[in-house]
Amino acid sequence: MEKSAELLRASNISKSFPGVTALDNVEFSLRRGEIHALMGENGAGKSTLIKVLTGVEHPDTGTLELENKHIMVHSPQHSQELGISTVFQEVNMCTNLSVAENIMLGREPRRLGMIDWNAMEQKAKQAMKRLDIEIDVSRPLGNYSIAIQQMVSIARSLEIASAKILILDEPTSSLDVNETRLLFDVMRKLKNEGIGIVFITHFINQVFQVADRITVLRNGQLVGAYEAKSLPRLQLVAKMLGRNISDLEAVSKTKKKHSTTEKKESLLEAKGLGLKGSLEPMDLRLMESEVVGIAGLLGSGRTEIANLLFGIDDPDTGSVTMQGRKVERFSPLDSIKNGIALCPEDRKAEGIVGDLTIRENIILALQARYGWWKHLSSQKQNEIAEKFIKLLDIVTPSPEQLAKNLSGGNQQKLILARWLATNPHVLILDEPTRGIDVGAKAEIQKLVLDLALQGKSCLFISSELDEVARTCNRIMVMRDHKKAAELPGDAKEQTIMQTMEGSL
Amino acid sequence: MNKTSLLDRIRGNRLTLPLAALVLILVFDAFYAPSFFKIRIQDGHLYGNLIDVLNNGAPLALVALGMTLVIATGGVDLSVGAVIAISAAMGAVLINPALGNELISNAILTRDATNTPLPIILLATLAAGSLCGFWNGFLVSRARIQPIVATLILMVAGRGIAQLITNGQIMTIYYTPYFWFGNGYILGLPVSIYIVAAVFLLAWVLVRKTSIGMFIESVGINAKASFYSGISEKNVKLLAYTFCGFCAAVAGLILSSYVHSADGNNNGLNYELDAILAVVMGGTLMTGGRFSLLASVIGAMVIWTFALTVYTLGVPANALLAAKAVLVMIVILLYSDVAKRLTGRLFRRKGA
Repeated sequence: MEKSAELLRASNISKSFPGVTALDNVEFSLRRGEIHALMGENGAGKSTLIKVLTGVEHPDTGTLELENKHIMVHSPQHSQELGISTVFQEVNMCTNLSVAENIMLGREPRRLGMIDWNAMEQKAKQAMKRLDIEIDVSRPLGNYSIAIQQMVSIARSLEIASAKILILDEPTSSLDVNETRLLFDVMRKLKNEGIGIVFITHFINQVFQVADRITVLRNGQLVGAYEAKSLPRLQLVAKMLGRNISDLEAVSKTKKKHSTTEKKESLLEAKGLGLKGSLEPMDLRLMESEVVGIAGLLGSGRTEIANLLFGIDDPDTGSVTMQGRKVERFSPLDSIKNGIALCPEDRKAEGIVGDLTIRENIILALQARYGWWKHLSSQKQNEIAEKFIKLLDIVTPSPEQLAKNLSGGNQQKLILARWLATNPHVLILDEPTRGIDVGAKAEIQKLVLDLALQGKSCLFISSELDEVARTCNRIMVMRDHKKAAELPGDAKEQTIMQTMEGSL
Repeated sequence: MNKTSLLDRIRGNRLTLPLAALVLILVFDAFYAPSFFKIRIQDGHLYGNLIDVLNNGAPLALVALGMTLVIATGGVDLSVGAVIAISAAMGAVLINPALGNELISNAILTRDATNTPLPIILLATLAAGSLCGFWNGFLVSRARIQPIVATLILMVAGRGIAQLITNGQIMTIYYTPYFWFGNGYILGLPVSIYIVAAVFLLAWVLVRKTSIGMFIESVGINAKASFYSGISEKNVKLLAYTFCGFCAAVAGLILSSYVHSADGNNNGLNYELDAILAVVMGGTLMTGGRFSLLASVIGAMVIWTFALTVYTLGVPANALLAAKAVLVMIVILLYSDVAKRLTGRLFRRKGA
């Protein structure tokens, strides 16, 4: 078997859903032993292409060839039998079962009709060893970090019917730096074994770290397939956006402009705010027209600050004053009334109400503030929805579409719209740009700066340091559930990183 | 513009399936039991099977209304049958001149009179049911007990409570004004139909003219996101269960009035299951979310049209449950994903 032999070829794939053409004559090919990145903005058609490859959706036209043989993929199960395995964005496994059970689920080795637990653990151990990971496979999966859970998920996929192709859909979106490195090692190892890997991510850095080739999609159409080595980073971004990347520079300019505005008043002040086990007492002050960044690793206490300030959790020490008035009760509703808004970290679980329409999602928090009886008229609802769809450029045929039909970036904008509709003084954004494309990222950053110009104050939580550095006036660095340092907005990425890791 | 064909719109409408089921049964009746459609006028009142469907189906339609809101929040109320019995018992005891005490002469007991004013009887009956609903809502929203378990408590205990109220007796009611709710007529139509219409209107205004409906759906679809958006999930659930209890109380009023008695063991027996079936037929998912009040009421009508059809055909009463099982099976199959995919394919082929 020569190394560059073609493993999978998809030709002329088209797929339409009511109202949208998700894929339009797309070509895709994967070679043996390569890591192939699939890039594109939200709604470019990446997910649909994956769904076609894995049999979740059936293409309207086009053909699939696996090792030069024509195939029809009927169902996800069928695709696994053919050797195409997928690890999805959200790890969907049973956290209360052991690692071994998760890996061998449905294929447990049996002896005399009973499950042979020893053999099962042996096999599971081997499967993990193949990825160079040695853990106690008899412990519940939930005891391990998300990164390990993902590895288990990969091990499971490989265990099923000797996978030839592994599809990783945004595997790094909830991993930290070290965990990502671990995953990349595993990916390179599998690649050397001759497995073809399809890698979907929004992190451009990562693509250049591991990918051999890059296929770019835009609006359901193929832009092209390129060798990673010969494609400059800026050009990749330009290809994904289909335009010049001047937006990001515009963001930096806005920040310079507004950091010169004078005379600020304190909006929100927290003194000794803390909750046992999640955040050690800390002080925080947000001024008018200010964007304060919070940098920190996953689990450093950055989300905990947001949850305490917004009243998701009740603090057990300290006090919060909002515009000079002491906050007495902590609940989301009280926070909304006090003019605080929170775009939560997990937009699927905590943000979007999928089966409600876009209009209803936008007015949800505003209506909650008005209560049960003061019902917004449908005319008013439509006005508000139209206004924010336009303002945030949410791509949808109509405000009456269900929110779940929107792409990731548009869902994020939808949640922003919900909170902007309540006209908050303080906007807390927890990872507002996670998992969304470069263009939408720039739009959201610009929006944050615009809000600051209008006198609002933003708390900007992000794990992307360049983004924090670009947008924020001050940066608070969190480490081990406490405030490690407060840095000026022009701090270097290197400095922030070292503070986060604790070497400074 | 996003143009959807008429066919797709009909298919997408949640009233389509329950209406289709209703029409199907009626068409069947047209062939095999034409007497079903006969309506005659007697003393200025309308009589006939169709009227019976509306009259007999009224309690179920009421319970289905309340059940719709509860199911839309992602819960279920198994206690509605018991709540019917409790409120029926409440009404009967208050009408009784000795308030359930047996040691009085038959002459006094069977008198067409009551010591309690009728408005008080009504208020107490409705309050008893609403209180039961409130209790369920409290268990679900504040004590965080799973709905199926929380309402199971009252489902079992409720019939005991009803018997406690009536001293373990089946209590016969002799007070004629009370009979009006289950047997009276206004403009030729049974009173119960007007009661259903009134409660339906109340529910509709409550959910569609305030934001409660949207909050109920939001909580049913994603409780966590609703909490993050400032919606009080607890109060939404409390309201839904309380309203469900209220609806069961109205149903209990009509039922006890219709049969002139309160029986702790048999009033509203199996109503919880029929109500759930009606709601499911109305297209509301058991996991919560989007709901339609009208579709649930039509669902209740389907169940009663079916039951009366079976009676009209001469099937013995004890075989009714078996016949109903067939209906349930058909409904569940029709609403399954497989069936939806099949009809979807059928429609697409026709469109192409």
